[in-house]
Amino acid sequence: MSDVWLVVLVVGVATIAFKATGPVLLGARRLPDPVSGVVSLLAPVLLAALVVTQTVGGDNELVFDARLAGVGAGAAAAAARAPLPVIVIVAALATALARVLF
Amino acid sequence: MSSYALPRPSGARTAVAIAATVWFFGASFGLVAQAAGMGAVAPVVMSATTFAGSAQFAVSSILGASGGTIAAITAAVLLNARYVPISISVASLFHGPRLRRLAESQLIVDESWALSSRGDGRFDRRVLLGAGILLYLAWMSGTIVGVVAGDALGDPTDLGLDGAFPALFLALLLPQLRTRTAVLAAVLGGAIAFVLIPFTPAGTPIVAASAACLLGLRRRA
Repeated sequence: MSDVWLVVLVVGVATIAFKATGPVLLGARRLPDPVSGVVSLLAPVLLAALVVTQTVGGDNELVFDARLAGVGAGAAAAAARAPLPVIVIVAALATALARVLF
Repeated sequence: MSSYALPRPSGARTAVAIAATVWFFGASFGLVAQAAGMGAVAPVVMSATTFAGSAQFAVSSILGASGGTIAAITAAVLLNARYVPISISVASLFHGPRLRRLAESQLIVDESWALSSRGDGRFDRRVLLGAGILLYLAWMSGTIVGVVAGDALGDPTDLGLDGAFPALFLALLLPQLRTRTAVLAAVLGGAIAFVLIPFTPAGTPIVAASAACLLGLRRRA
């Protein structure tokens, strides 16, 4: 097997297993209260971590670039209670604009 | 904390906007993967099985730079390790036989997961699976087009599409911040990720950030 196919196979199997962890091992089973208290915080925590890594994440460094303008514009649109699709489009436009300007 | 709530009817339209964005990145992946020497079929098979953009881009860039098989696998596995906590957060949505749960769980991807969050710590199964199918089709068809005719398309970053994802996640984070504990946990999680970015391999900051969930062990504020 070539190196490329080895990577595709191993990464594919690992990712399928990662995504299946909760649904297959836990499923709809009711969790003890302390555990469900922890699990219910996964949404805000992981969303916050995704915001940070996708805004300033680089190749082993913090990168402050046009994405910041996009997130800022998206945040302003969210504060103005714009619908989600508008927030997403505003963010993309602001990112593209900042990239052209700076 | 805030009364901010998502206007529900925009859910489908948002999924379409995000799918269009994902399609462009799929095409971009198809193009760079082929340029990296992955051939035409392997990138498509990878999109079908891995279905996670950042890890796939990492693989193509490492293989393209002759970075080695082990390095490519390690980077991608670390990047996708976040799907362990992510899949645990939505575990309760999955019912029925194990095989069916296994198949449905493959529709979990950052964006379908984020879109399905309802702001009260719960998730919507129909949104998760519906958006997941749409995004899967977009990612697959984008990859195929990228492999076949990627040169004809522009770079998605020229269109600012890389700024769309963090804005989406931020917009979906806001309605989550209803309790003091949720705010504290989000700030702590974001701070952990921020601090670790320069010092750890990509992917690790998000996994480490999930430790902030342990604040949930405290008594509710």
